[in-house]
Amino acid sequence: MKRTLWTAVLAVSALAATLPAAAQKVTEINFYYPVAVGGPVTKTIDQMAADFSRENPDIKVNPIYAGTYQESIVKALTATKSGNPPQLAVLLSTDMFTLIDEDAIVPISDLAKGADDKKWLDGFYKSFMLNSRTGGKTWGVPFQRSTIVLYWNKDLFKEAGLDPEKGPANWDQMVEYAKKLTKTDASGNVAQWGLKIPSSGFPYWLFQGLTTPNDAVLMNEAGTETYFDKPAVVEALQYWVDLSAKHKVMPSGVIEWGTTPKDFFEKKAAMIWTTTGNLTNIRKNAGFPFGVAMLPAKKHPGSPTGGGNFYVFAKTTPAEQAASLKFIKWATAPQRAAEWSISTGYVAVTPAAWETAEMKKYAQEVPQAMIARDQLQHSVAELSTHDNQRVTTALNNGLQAALTGAKPPAEAMRDAQREATRLLKDYKR
Amino acid sequence: MFRLPDRVTAWLLLLPALVLLAAFTHWPAVATLFHSVMSTPKKNRPSRFAGLDNFREMVADEVFWRALWNNIAFAVGTIPLSIGLAIVMALWVNSRIQGRGFLRLAYFTPTVLPMIAVANIWLFFYTPQYGLLEQITQSLGLPSHNWLGDKSTVLGALIIVAIWKEAGFFMIFYLAALQQVSPSLAEAAALEGASRWQYFRRVLFPLLMPTTLFVLINALINSVRMVDHIFVMTRGGPDSASTLLLYYIYQVGFSFWDSGYAAALTVVVLVALGLVAVLQFGFLERRTHYQ
Repeated sequence: MKRTLWTAVLAVSALAATLPAAAQKVTEINFYYPVAVGGPVTKTIDQMAADFSRENPDIKVNPIYAGTYQESIVKALTATKSGNPPQLAVLLSTDMFTLIDEDAIVPISDLAKGADDKKWLDGFYKSFMLNSRTGGKTWGVPFQRSTIVLYWNKDLFKEAGLDPEKGPANWDQMVEYAKKLTKTDASGNVAQWGLKIPSSGFPYWLFQGLTTPNDAVLMNEAGTETYFDKPAVVEALQYWVDLSAKHKVMPSGVIEWGTTPKDFFEKKAAMIWTTTGNLTNIRKNAGFPFGVAMLPAKKHPGSPTGGGNFYVFAKTTPAEQAASLKFIKWATAPQRAAEWSISTGYVAVTPAAWETAEMKKYAQEVPQAMIARDQLQHSVAELSTHDNQRVTTALNNGLQAALTGAKPPAEAMRDAQREATRLLKDYKR
Repeated sequence: MFRLPDRVTAWLLLLPALVLLAAFTHWPAVATLFHSVMSTPKKNRPSRFAGLDNFREMVADEVFWRALWNNIAFAVGTIPLSIGLAIVMALWVNSRIQGRGFLRLAYFTPTVLPMIAVANIWLFFYTPQYGLLEQITQSLGLPSHNWLGDKSTVLGALIIVAIWKEAGFFMIFYLAALQQVSPSLAEAAALEGASRWQYFRRVLFPLLMPTTLFVLINALINSVRMVDHIFVMTRGGPDSASTLLLYYIYQVGFSFWDSGYAAALTVVVLVALGLVAVLQFGFLERRTHYQ
């Protein structure tokens, strides 16, 4: 028995050794990807790469886990500057301008020129393409895209005498529900918060979940202007600050993004805002029935999109670029996009993916998954400008200053706008 | 047989170390100086000589000043406390007590753990509502507090992590120094009727001065160098309240990609550290008693 096993192993390894020689020429693609949500994402990506290479023996995809989104772009750009870029990477859709300014990527629309290709690129949801196109070219292909949604704990809703099947529909209702859901213990400490909107790391993104329904846009399409100090923006920030300062339904100070889902599992927060990318994580770990709702409306519903796009890197050979494109097409094909969406919770990026049998079955089992898709029609582009990290840092600092009570909202936004204007003056031509 | 002159042999022996030092320390330092007076290359705008522009920008940069003050507060908060704790712990584990090997190990453990792991543990300690710290304060009936989410407490919270991490490391040096101290000194002091405090203040502490100098310099360098935990715990927030200089340099260099400005910041840190080192060696060395 043991011996046959050995023979088999030997045979297989001998076969493996001859394979590269037998194949004509293998194009290798180094593929950087980040992990931003809970769950076994690494395993899923490795499986995808292996499956692809099996179907396409002439291309070898090496998936390289590169850390958080932030760490991934640092790695990718550092590698590019040292002359050894990855061929392919998934990075934030908002890093598009930065990558263009650094000459790091090639337009997808220059690689995918055929009629089929054009049809493929037009097959994605429009709101996902908002952060993927500029100056008439397509630079990124939507892959792990998300929006913000509201998760609520149905048990706690029942306890508070609320309809457990309905999330809050608008801003006033969210405050009203949150008040009923906030519980204080005998010593005056809050044991259960009505609501948590995280504000560490990238508060600007969650803030867009408040500005968008209030009909405020934060930047122009060319990424050269921001509108942080407009009255509608300040009003949205005032509402956010009031949730803790005035209504006392949310903890004061900065709320950690990473522990928000855990707060939800621990029943320390009855409603939370977080990415749809956390759906699978929450589905697995919440020990109670939960609901998913679109972000509450003010003038209308609305949320930013978020998440990562595929980018093909410059300073690589045409063969490598073609191979990268092939992998992107394969990974975003309806069947794959559906599987990816089901295993992670990210929104399937094309309408066609929602038409697959798997996705239909999944949507029946987990109707919450459809909320994110339905919210897409109200979604806007995530904040993205030239010198993006710096401009968003200016806004983040302003938001955190207001949320920690260091500055009143109007002043915080005025300061952020002044800084952003200064940073962007070189890009206005 | 042909023999190289001694002078050549000496240089040849020094060569490997010299090459490494030059390539990885001296050359980058000089290159940093050069980059600090150049503008950051952008698309269609190559790097050009910018004179003192980067430094002028720094003077006007609020975040830089906040990072500088934060760093000074961080140094003032961590250095005396961690050194004091290290001395106390060293005296404690140097005395004849049961299980001192275990104690030494316990005190040294934080030093061995990687900073990122440590930061993740402390992140849980500080988590509002169900973190370890909150569980303790709540059982005592104290109000809940968002330690890392509040501008006024976040730096203090990070200082405590740094002290916890460093004290054990410094303890090892003091322990080594204490074991070099001859027991006859303690006996002589006892015969003269000196109290334990007098013995420590007049005999032991002066003898430990070389170690203190060494530890002080290390502590100072660490207070500038230690930023790993910021990445995990706060990312410099809220509103830059926990941004330290090195973290800011990283941010400017690797998320803003402003290499010129990052180089200028680095130059300032290098100069400041250099000055402090000169002061320490010049001033304290004279007051330090070497055996």
